[in-house]
Amino acid sequence: MNLLLASAIAVLIGSGAYLVLRARLFTVLLGLMLIGYGVNLFLLAMGRVRVLVPPIIRDAGGPYADPLPQALVLTAIVIGFGMTAFLLALAVRSRAVFGSDHVDGLADAPP
Amino acid sequence: MIATAFSAELLSRLAPTSGHDAFARDLLVLPMLLPLAAACLSVLSSSLLWRRTLMLGATVLLVAVSGWLLLMADLGHVLVYRLGNWPVPVAIVLSLDRLSALLLLLTAVVATGSAWAALRGDDQHGPHFHAAFLLLIAGVNGAFLAGDLFNLFVSFELLLIASYGLLVFGATPTRVRSGVHYVVLNLVGSSIFLVGIGMLYSVTGTLNLAELAQRVALLDAPSAAFARSGALLLFVVFALKAALVPFSFWLPAAYSAASPPVAALFAILTKVGVYAIVRMHTFVVGTDAGHSADLYGDWLWPMALLTVGFGALAAVGTRSVRRLQSALLVMSVGTMLASMAIGSEAGLAAGLFYLVHSTIAAAAMFLIAALSEQRDTPRRWTGLLFFAGAVAVAGLPPLSGFLGKVLILQALPVDGRLPVMWTVVLGSSLLAVIALSRRGAALFWGAVEAPETPTLPRISEPRSARRAPLSRVPPTALLLVLVVLTVGAGTLSNYTHRTAQQLLAPGHIRSQILNTPGGR
Amino acid sequence: MLYLIVLLPMIGSVFPVVFRRASSTTVAWSAALPVIASRGMLAAQAPAVLAGTVVRSDWPWLPAAGLTLALRVDGLSWLFGMMVLVIGLFVQLYARYYMQGDRELGRLYVLLSLFMGSMLGLVLSGNLLLLVVFWEATSLVSFLLIGFKTADPAARAGARTALAVTAGGGLALLAGVLLLGRIVGSYDLDRVLAAGDLVRAHAWYLPTLVLVLLGAFTKSAQFPFHFWLPRAMSAPTPVSAYLHSATMVKAGVFLLARLYPTLSGTSEWTGIVGTVGMLTLLVGAYSAMWQHDLKGLLAYSTISHLGLITLLLGFSSPMAVVAAVFHVVNHATFKASLFMAAGMIDHEVGTRDMRVLNGLWRQMPWTGALAIIAASAMAGVPLLNGFLSKEMFFAEALTSQTLSLRWIEPLAAVVAGALGVGYSLRFIMEVFFNADNTPLPKIPHEPPMFMRLPGGVLAIACLAVGIAPSLLMARQLLPAVDAVLQAPAPTFDLAIWHGVNLPLVMSVIALLGGIALYRVRESAYAWHDRLPTVDGLHIFDAMFSAFTRTAVHATQALENGSLQRYVRWLLIATLIAGVAPWIQSASMATAWSTMRDAGFAWPAAIPDAASTALCALLVACTLWTVMSRHAPLTAVVAISTVGLLVSLAFARLAAPDLALTQLLVELVTILLLLVAVRHLTPASVTREARTGEARTGEARTGEARTGEARTPRVRDALIASAIGGTSGLLAWVLLERPSVPSVSDFYALASVPQGHGRNMVNVILVDFRGFDTLGEVAVLTMAALGVLIALDQGRPLLRGVSLPAHGPEDIDPFAERVPVMLRMIARALLPLAAMMTVFVLLRGHDLPGGGFAAGMLTAVMLVVQALAGQPGVLHPVGFDLRRLMMIGLLIALATGAASVLFGLPFLTSGYRSIALPVIGSIALPSAIAFDFGVYLAVVGATVVIVNRLGRYEAAAARDAQERSP
Repeated sequence: MNLLLASAIAVLIGSGAYLVLRARLFTVLLGLMLIGYGVNLFLLAMGRVRVLVPPIIRDAGGPYADPLPQALVLTAIVIGFGMTAFLLALAVRSRAVFGSDHVDGLADAPP
Repeated sequence: MIATAFSAELLSRLAPTSGHDAFARDLLVLPMLLPLAAACLSVLSSSLLWRRTLMLGATVLLVAVSGWLLLMADLGHVLVYRLGNWPVPVAIVLSLDRLSALLLLLTAVVATGSAWAALRGDDQHGPHFHAAFLLLIAGVNGAFLAGDLFNLFVSFELLLIASYGLLVFGATPTRVRSGVHYVVLNLVGSSIFLVGIGMLYSVTGTLNLAELAQRVALLDAPSAAFARSGALLLFVVFALKAALVPFSFWLPAAYSAASPPVAALFAILTKVGVYAIVRMHTFVVGTDAGHSADLYGDWLWPMALLTVGFGALAAVGTRSVRRLQSALLVMSVGTMLASMAIGSEAGLAAGLFYLVHSTIAAAAMFLIAALSEQRDTPRRWTGLLFFAGAVAVAGLPPLSGFLGKVLILQALPVDGRLPVMWTVVLGSSLLAVIALSRRGAALFWGAVEAPETPTLPRISEPRSARRAPLSRVPPTALLLVLVVLTVGAGTLSNYTHRTAQQLLAPGHIRSQILNTPGGR
Repeated sequence: MLYLIVLLPMIGSVFPVVFRRASSTTVAWSAALPVIASRGMLAAQAPAVLAGTVVRSDWPWLPAAGLTLALRVDGLSWLFGMMVLVIGLFVQLYARYYMQGDRELGRLYVLLSLFMGSMLGLVLSGNLLLLVVFWEATSLVSFLLIGFKTADPAARAGARTALAVTAGGGLALLAGVLLLGRIVGSYDLDRVLAAGDLVRAHAWYLPTLVLVLLGAFTKSAQFPFHFWLPRAMSAPTPVSAYLHSATMVKAGVFLLARLYPTLSGTSEWTGIVGTVGMLTLLVGAYSAMWQHDLKGLLAYSTISHLGLITLLLGFSSPMAVVAAVFHVVNHATFKASLFMAAGMIDHEVGTRDMRVLNGLWRQMPWTGALAIIAASAMAGVPLLNGFLSKEMFFAEALTSQTLSLRWIEPLAAVVAGALGVGYSLRFIMEVFFNADNTPLPKIPHEPPMFMRLPGGVLAIACLAVGIAPSLLMARQLLPAVDAVLQAPAPTFDLAIWHGVNLPLVMSVIALLGGIALYRVRESAYAWHDRLPTVDGLHIFDAMFSAFTRTAVHATQALENGSLQRYVRWLLIATLIAGVAPWIQSASMATAWSTMRDAGFAWPAAIPDAASTALCALLVACTLWTVMSRHAPLTAVVAISTVGLLVSLAFARLAAPDLALTQLLVELVTILLLLVAVRHLTPASVTREARTGEARTGEARTGEARTGEARTPRVRDALIASAIGGTSGLLAWVLLERPSVPSVSDFYALASVPQGHGRNMVNVILVDFRGFDTLGEVAVLTMAALGVLIALDQGRPLLRGVSLPAHGPEDIDPFAERVPVMLRMIARALLPLAAMMTVFVLLRGHDLPGGGFAAGMLTAVMLVVQALAGQPGVLHPVGFDLRRLMMIGLLIALATGAASVLFGLPFLTSGYRSIALPVIGSIALPSAIAFDFGVYLAVVGATVVIVNRLGRYEAAAARDAQERSP
């Protein structure tokens, strides 16, 4: 289980990093989203993982997953959403201003 | 900053004698809540006049509040605020020591100046300037007060998203391009921040900085390795904010593209990074951190010196006065961090002294730079301002910058670092002088030359900006603050010394925070 | 008292501004009166000081740095101070006529007064750091004064050069002073002067000495730093007379004299100071010989005389000090009056070129007279003050043991003397005699009487001192020398006639040699013109511009504006930060063992199939996203799949709240991506006609411009996989480790009894860590505002940018693109969705859900309605959703603030349980109100974002249609 989660994190963050290093805003955006997924999983993993025991107090008691990382991840998801939305808007604007979606505003095709 | 025996005695009557007095307590959230509420109202209010009143009023109020907080922090004990009335360390705590108080006041002063400067019309090129401005301040203050690692992250995100908005405000091409760079870099940074938090939490099981510090110190070797990785990741993030080499190359483009008041306000943003580095450096991975002891020391010193070098180089290597000032900002950050990396109390104090001076000087200079690019304002007074500002940012006598550099140079112990540091600091000052004299002579003496980015001022200067007298007031006021700092240098340096002492006894702060009584 | 002496001129610098409208005479008086007062006060110190006592006043400034406002008057500083003030007054008087009717006169007076104040501070300061402060101040003011004629490029260049050199020297001096302070343990002048032996014995003596000397030599234009002084001659003549001959350039020698007791008396001192002084003496005199510009000649002669003084101090014998101090005064007098003469000639004739000037004696006898007296003093003709100090100099040159070669110094002295006589003769003859009827620019006549007065008085002083030296100078000289030596001065008599002795012979030789040199000048010029010109100035300029070029290139190379490179460096740094702790201290082997200790182990059990499949699918879709990044639509589909799989993973990992939230967020994000995707494809794709593969965007990356590798894909792939691998590895190892006691244990205990909720995550969000949630919501609202800012179309943009025209408010982005089916379903779903929202919101405290999820749900619902073609759902008439989100934020704030009213900390939650129909009895903590605020804010923010992007897209689409009919 742990190995699976770890490998998923690895692939997500790795691919994200690769995309972030590309020259087009769209791909950079995708990359940031992937990194975001990976980081959220990573953060969740930091509370160790338990399967199918949500942090909800049952009268029966019993084990539960560490709730704090989940709360943190929730916050992180929301913030990530806001950031993604803003970057999307900024990318659209940049495209309008430069006529290209190159990260440095370079022309990406001969006019 | 009046800390004479009399006023201290007076305060001990006025101010609470312990951190958890109701009045002090509720004052402690204001630096974050006040601008937050003002921001909401400014979006709700429809008239420009109201929005401006909210912006300026909030900043002025913050000056008063932060001033009061500083006086209380100077009584020597850490003020702790347990949000939600939960016991420490469960509760998110805001903690105020001398360092936080100093930076809160600095923020308020700079913010007031740039808010005032924005009135000349830079706030009219788009929607919601005032809300973004206020939210930025809320984020900055939150970062300075945060006593909880994740809360620090949230504050960072708040000030970042606000700064994104302010940077691209007006959306000229240069702003959009540098905005994209700034945003992408910092989004990556935020992800790194989260990973760092996760690793620290996973080995310590806490987010409260004080408890975190205690547990990091007690970790066994393997766990400590994780803690060190986490802390170093955080260092990368903070270094990115503080624009340390090799993370400083985005700054000149961004700051020179932003509208003048925004650039002036951003002078404080790098200091958030500096603050976070100092906090971690002294408080979490300080000399008493067991396996992680003095983790940042090895990295901070060379990086800071390289930053000074890069700043000086870029200052000489540009023809635009805005870029010049941006480069000098980078240089000043390097200087203060190099001094703080010395590790001695004197070095820390000197660095803080220089931080206060250089931030205000940089803010003023950004405003002056914008003025000096307008050809249609009376040149004589602007030239005078430029000269004074140049003396300030170059750290020449008689202004406080010189005193700060003297303190920094004196702070070094006698070892191999001394010649290096002296050469770098003095050499960079010389290069700054050369660059500034060249720019100034070309701008105010030479034949009229067009500024490097003709589109920027042309498009973004509204007609009201031409009414120069108003726009000359804020930088003048900031420079006057510097004069006050110069005259009262003794008082300020005493305060920074007390601050350094407090920082270098982190155990004391920790126990004060963790032993805060109360809770349900 | 002493402070007033320094402050008065500075205060006086304000008056010219006040009276700038008044007549120039008024301005002059307004500037002069404070100076007169200050001079009076300094003169008042005379009895005490000349009696040998030291007058002090102290005031703390920056104790931490040992910097005190200490002023201190002894013989030396008194003498210099008087010189500064007296000559200053003369210059002020002179300037009033020199700048007759010039509108800039006021500015000149301001700067002159400022300079006077700084200079006084320099000579009077009793604390070395304070001295440095004033030192740099003089450099700054002189920068402004040299560049006074702002329109003149030469003036600007001169000012910049002077500042670069002198300010640089000042920084060196600062370093030297700091070292001195460390050695002595104080910057107080008295203590430093007393600590001579300590300093000379100290290991840092040499560096200290060199740094201090750098300061002094740059300021006093000593070889090889002399080149800035001639260039500074583009300043107005009064300034040259005052700063660049009489006072400021003397600051260097003053410093040498001031620190004489502390630093002198060693072989290093005599070696460096002596050699530099002698070289300067010769170079200056030699170059002066070839100048055709009067001021140029005077400048080089100044350099040479400064060298002479330096050389005398280098001898470090008491008599030499006497001569040095004496010559400082003498040089100031005759050189100032010579500059004034040059200025008057320039003023009246309109040129300073000696090849043009001739035979002015007839028209300007008075000017000629005073010029001749002063020039003769410069040449060292008997009966003039210059003669006396030169005699002493010769005597010292003979007796000194400075250099190994005994004969070098006398020789140098004589040669320099001869050259001095030579150029003095030129000054006299070529200007006032040798009438050869070369036409002059203007018909000259005598300048007004008051303009001649200062120079005249100074010339008379030269004469008087020359005739009756002991009578006039001894009283002032003695205490000054005492102060320099910090010991009683040797007995000396300032007599004109010492009988026929070697010095006299040398003077005679020098005199004759000078005359001879003047006789053969024509051939000498011819010879000199054939020589290659080596000039420090050109070397300096060359080095300077070279450095600037390098800086420009380096800067452009470093901040090359390529985001990809910045990100790459950031990622590499991150990698280092993540890995360093494992290899920092030890080798990889120990790192590996550390990892194993850290709990690294191969998995024991095979994970269950579902998880495996999920993981495999996740990996596959991630890679699919990477592959399909050039086909935007596919990429969007791919990444949304990834998002959904992640939310499944959350569900699997016992995080239902996260799963729900992730799902909803994913829906909105996909929508946004779909709306905007048309704008995120390379122009080459959208631009109709060409459907070329979007690889163009890839090919010409930022590197293409910066000349790095064209296709950095492989390298990036390596970096990326390293980062991914590291993070995965760290995650794995951490997962294998046993969990540590954490604050969560408290949540488990307190959640129900105190948080009144069973869903710990939600209780954490709204109660335990509600402050984070507040901040998070603030971030979201700011993001919405940011989107509005980024897509704001209210301001004009540059040409050629295709930004859609400002879309009307009522434009509905999603109209007429929706299948009928969807509309039906959407309408049907509306009430159900509304119900669900309330449910999710309320139950959130106990079961997965809560304000954020509910908010997202509502937002999605509204968007779906909009998609279903409900006009204006996203933009209700008369209500702006921006306000909604802000109101939500305010509600959250108010909920938190309410507890403050009860004297409890911010965000303390209250509790009341109420029974509701349908849902049953639910806990209703105040946290619910907080959650409701969150809910509103989230709805508002999300819808604002979607709406803005949608309208932008719609407007863009419309534009596209209009543009292509």
